[in-house]
Amino acid sequence: MDDISYFKKILGERGVVQDEEKLDDANTDWMRKYKGSSKLMLQPRTTEEVSQILKYCNSRCLAVVPQGGNTGLVGGSVPVFDELGWIYLFHIPKFLHFMCIFSIFGCHCRICFWCRFIMPLDLGAKGSCQIGGNVSTNAGGLRLIRYGSLHGSVLGLEAVLANGTVLDMLASLRKDNTGYDLKHLFIGSEGSLGIVTKVSILTPPKLSSVNLAFLACEDYASCQKLLLEAKRKLGEILSAFEFLDVNAMNLVLKHLDGLRDPLSSMHNFYVLIETTGSMESHDKEKLEAFLLQSMDSGLVTDGVLAQDINQTSSFWHIREGVPEALMKAGAVYKYDLSLPPEKMYELVEEMRTRLGSAANVVAYGHLGDGNLHLNISAPQYTDSILSKIEPFVYEWTSKHRGSISAEHGLGLMKADKIHYSKSPESVQLMAEIKKLIDPNRILNPYKVLPSSVLSQS
Amino acid sequence: MKIMVAIKRVIDYAVKIRVKPDKSGVETSNVKMSMNPFCEIALEEALRIKESGGASEVVAVSMGPAQCVDTLRTGLAMGADRAIHVDYPGSLYPLSIAKILKALVEAEKPSLLLLGKQAIDDDCNQTGQMVAGLLKWPQGTFASKVVLDEEKQVATVDREVDGGLETVCLELPAVITTDLRLNQPRYATLPNIMKAKSKVIKKVTPQDLNVEIRSDLEVVQVTEPPKRKAGVIVSSIDELIDKLKNEAHVI
Ligand SMILES: Cc1cc2nc3c(=O)[nH]c(=O)nc-3n(C[C@H](O)[C@H](O)[C@H](O)COP(=O)(O)OP(=O)(O)OC[C@H]3O[C@@H](n4cnc5c(N)ncnc54)[C@H](O)[C@@H]3O)c2cc1C
Repeated sequence: MDDISYFKKILGERGVVQDEEKLDDANTDWMRKYKGSSKLMLQPRTTEEVSQILKYCNSRCLAVVPQGGNTGLVGGSVPVFDELGWIYLFHIPKFLHFMCIFSIFGCHCRICFWCRFIMPLDLGAKGSCQIGGNVSTNAGGLRLIRYGSLHGSVLGLEAVLANGTVLDMLASLRKDNTGYDLKHLFIGSEGSLGIVTKVSILTPPKLSSVNLAFLACEDYASCQKLLLEAKRKLGEILSAFEFLDVNAMNLVLKHLDGLRDPLSSMHNFYVLIETTGSMESHDKEKLEAFLLQSMDSGLVTDGVLAQDINQTSSFWHIREGVPEALMKAGAVYKYDLSLPPEKMYELVEEMRTRLGSAANVVAYGHLGDGNLHLNISAPQYTDSILSKIEPFVYEWTSKHRGSISAEHGLGLMKADKIHYSKSPESVQLMAEIKKLIDPNRILNPYKVLPSSVLSQS
Repeated sequence: MKIMVAIKRVIDYAVKIRVKPDKSGVETSNVKMSMNPFCEIALEEALRIKESGGASEVVAVSMGPAQCVDTLRTGLAMGADRAIHVDYPGSLYPLSIAKILKALVEAEKPSLLLLGKQAIDDDCNQTGQMVAGLLKWPQGTFASKVVLDEEKQVATVDREVDGGLETVCLELPAVITTDLRLNQPRYATLPNIMKAKSKVIKKVTPQDLNVEIRSDLEVVQVTEPPKRKAGVIVSSIDELIDKLKNEAHVI
């Protein structure tokens, strides 16, 4: 109990949580699939506190699991294999990421800031997730097609290493080629190399004209052609291109309250196309012309164009509500794959054949980025279903040179599967880096890299 | 039978309103504008009446600057048959609108004039009542249900009044203003947007209609609601009671 008194000395009573209910919440992931048994949650409030605590934990070889908004989908943010409750949860409160936000010309006052600029990242978990978590998972989201990945928009960050060293990499420069760009090690490393405490991020100006169309396509080939056409004809104003199939649509309509089908009949595929620009009349004319052409050519069979912000949000709600609807439908096996767009739906169809009536195979995702969210929904988790999905899904993806984790990360779920996407040499180098930066392996153990590679010396 | 629906272009319901620094009004430049939600409900009702065989034509009308045409296009894409834009760049207040509407009604001779109960920007809640007065037509305001009997030429309207419903029966022609619960407006579908492209939007001016726009009122200033003060955390029930008694003066 010495540890606890030390923590209380640094963090005060409020920063050391032992309340069972709070711990229970924090020990359970968003999907309610992974459960930890940590008996202690620490809530540091400043970089200095993070540093002091990590230094102490490192000296005593106490493991910690960084947790932000706990919306991660691969079991990365909960402690596991910890029957004794020795892994401490490290909850990073929201206000610690009192980020510096830069629009390249310097820091702005926060209030007027959000009227004029936006975050380059937007995702369905936005109500709960945190910037630190987003950066640590290198989250992709709905606007990646327009603003690119966080490897491009994060200009700098501050991270605390396992031994307590604070790395100040908080540059706000667009260009800086001095040596190895270390910040990239922390973007997407899921808390296994350090704790992200501050972020400076490039924020695009907020543009006034946003349009959203919700469209129906009869086959996957049409969705794909529509994407090519949209890139060509909407080019500079295209800001999102998302899709869901009829199974996803049915789930959303069944499980989420207050949603209605914008179209009068069901279709095999749905596509959302968003444009963002600076002149309403220009954008609307362009988008309408594009949509009418796509109807004429038969790529799109029906559709609606949002006329106000309320309609825009209800169309988005359908797409963003799929993960929640899946949760309500029962057990769900989630796969987040990068695949060449032309191959993407073949996998879904093969999976349907394999599983037959045992499960509902649901597909949606960021089609514009070649990112498929393949979800298999079943009444319960069973070994027989799992054995029909894995390793098939990983092998298939690997065979088509895709990635087994497009944006969610590896976490616990896929730590052992990294070799499906990365060569042994690359994995080996990752392990070397991990051992160099966190030799006692106190940061997020069992996640990201296979234990087998780490234990080789 | 013909139905005329008045629709207004307003700052989108979901936009956070900002008052101009000189307090002369609210910021509208670079702000998303949409159809007033109550007008959308009025239009939806007109379309439903038409679809159930109760009317042969729905005419959407809007008054204001050139961009009102966009709002009328939305109306046409929802299903209105044609539209009239009364082009006027200046400020328009309910009495002027009511006079213009009266002139339009006299020219178009609809049996029913549908309006939203109020516009969400100025919250006047007067236009429907005024135009009914000018036309000497009966009015059913705050409608949450409308049933039309074409044979008898009457409309039965459930009105949302404080604490309940009032059912009134109006002889046609009549004015009805719509409340929130009347219906759920439809979306603009691509086939309908396509059809709307060939529908006519007629442009007229108040002069064409022989309506003189006199500004009968002047907006002195617009201010934001007072900012709420931050809350305080009290340390005990006694302190709470003390504050309620001596600071808030509520007990
Ligand atoms: C409804 C829903 C929709 C989603 N949509 C998308 C999407 O479109 N695109 C996408 O990419 N992802 C999506 N996600 C998953 C996504 O990865 C997370 O939502 C988000 O990025 C994680 O942020 P968080 O703060 O919740 O992190 P957590 O879940 O708390 O943690 C995630 C990982 O990051 C680590 N971590 C957290 N904070 C820190 C920190 N400060 N320093 C170091 N490590 C840290 C944790 O240890 C863990 O490994 C979605 C999730 C949900 C529930």
